[in-house]
Amino acid sequence: MAKLNIPVYLDYSATTPVDERVAKAMADCLTLQGNFGNPASRSHVFGWKAEDAVTEARANVARLIGADPKEIVWTSGATESDNLAIKGAAHFNAKKGKHIITLKTEHKAVLDTCRQLEREGFEVTYLDPEDNGLVDITKLADAIREDTTLVSIMHVNNEIGVIQDIEAIGALTRSKKILFHVDAAQSPGKVAIDVDAMNIDLLSLCAHKVYGPKGIGALYVRRKPRVRIEAQIHGGGHERGMRSGTLPTHQIVGMGESFRIAHEEMETENAKIEKLRDRLWEGLKDMEEVYLNGDFEQRIPGNLNISFNFVEGESLMMSLKDIAVSSGSACTSDSLEPSYVLRALGRNDELAHSSLRFTLGRFSTEEEVDFTIKEVRKAVEKLRDLSPLWDMFKDGVDLDTVQWAAH
Amino acid sequence: MAYSDKVIDHYENPRNVGKLDADSENVGTGMVGAPACGDVMRLQIQVDDNGVIEDAKFKTYGCGSAIASSSLVTEMVKGKTLEEAAAIKNMEIVEELALPPVKIHCSVLAEDAIAAAIEDIKAKREKKAESAA
Ligand SMILES: Cc1ncc(COP(=O)(O)O)c(C=O)c1O
Ligand code: FES
Repeated sequence: MAKLNIPVYLDYSATTPVDERVAKAMADCLTLQGNFGNPASRSHVFGWKAEDAVTEARANVARLIGADPKEIVWTSGATESDNLAIKGAAHFNAKKGKHIITLKTEHKAVLDTCRQLEREGFEVTYLDPEDNGLVDITKLADAIREDTTLVSIMHVNNEIGVIQDIEAIGALTRSKKILFHVDAAQSPGKVAIDVDAMNIDLLSLCAHKVYGPKGIGALYVRRKPRVRIEAQIHGGGHERGMRSGTLPTHQIVGMGESFRIAHEEMETENAKIEKLRDRLWEGLKDMEEVYLNGDFEQRIPGNLNISFNFVEGESLMMSLKDIAVSSGSACTSDSLEPSYVLRALGRNDELAHSSLRFTLGRFSTEEEVDFTIKEVRKAVEKLRDLSPLWDMFKDGVDLDTVQWAAH
Repeated sequence: MAYSDKVIDHYENPRNVGKLDADSENVGTGMVGAPACGDVMRLQIQVDDNGVIEDAKFKTYGCGSAIASSSLVTEMVKGKTLEEAAAIKNMEIVEELALPPVKIHCSVLAEDAIAAAIEDIKAKREKKAESAA
């Protein structure tokens, strides 16, 4: 029996530990004895060797998404990829039109980039998802205008794990000749990506959610038909001029190795993780007033986002000090606003405040899941005993009819 | 965020959790906050004929600091007269629990809860005095 490692890590969507195999490959690219050269050095073997390693990594990343290696642009992570894709495409096409469509549940890397473009005079439509977190394709079609140049919709949502129908959206945008950007930071190794079948023009990736290192990512930029974007970082003209800067060989090798492993082990790994996730849900769902956020079917295997009504998320996390999870509670954010993702699903503020996100991954075990079930049940019970709302609910008071002294 | 030892102590061993009979004429109830804001505090005080708080109970929906603030407040008000209790300021709670700036509003909520409970019992007593007169 695997031993229980405390604290238990159930926050794989925030970041993952680096796989040992990846760490080893990276470590081989640092020192004098290793592959430390500058991949851009054309005049000696150190540079050639480094370039070979980068080429191999590029091929591994491309393979996982069904792309050509030439279509991969290295960046510092998904945030930079989102910025490059959205600003780069919007600016390049500004003469054609200045309207962009995105989704209210996107990551901040997309939303804040769109806000910046609004300040520069672009117009952005932020679509509401349905209550299950998914985009209604007819609503997307209705939002398209003459001057729409870009649609940016994420593949897998980081909070609720729902998977958008990217293929259907891609068919629509292609038929309207509008560029399609997909933030796929949460997808590799969890759900298949095929940039051709899905008609994706730009796709953001990062390594640190797939057991690779932080600080490295990539942007897929389609070559046929050619997609043109304006560079955001200028310099030595690396990456076909789209992103300058000396390539970090060890980071790139780490990303390549993590994507190679993901490609090979995805199927067996997902089956294992899904079983554990279902075990966790089975262990919790019979409690009173517990709600799953986001569609259960169109969802990655490792995600469970649950609202425990009448219990506030931060205090719940405080009780779960041996378990690392994240919460949609306002009290855990600097803004004191509860999760905008859950609110966009039409969840009321109470349920948004009461939510926890459990994300399982490669190293999760049955022992960890069973321990988590036990601890969560205990904590929810304790906090409900402390909750005036639970009292009122048990007394049959309809909380919506109470006049709250809001402050 | 790291919590102070005092917050953790009150959170793990909350004092005076419970409910008093809100309809009793010796009990004042203060309920402040709103579920939509992520915090609701219910503070109840039981007051003797001399206007001294002889018992206090709370229940709180909110973050750990809100729970600790209300737990602490139940301890602070016990044995105090209504006037003394009304003089409790949120900064005393902040200092005692070593709350960081983002958690100051949790202590304000506790101060508001005392004020609301006192107002409730005073209103009850005035009403009673009126009907007796
Ligand atoms: C959907 C999504 N987009 C973008 C990002 C940002 O990625 P990175 O940390 O690589 O900048 C993340 C991760 O935090 C994410 O989950
Ligand atoms: S109740 Fe929200 S921060 Fe304390």
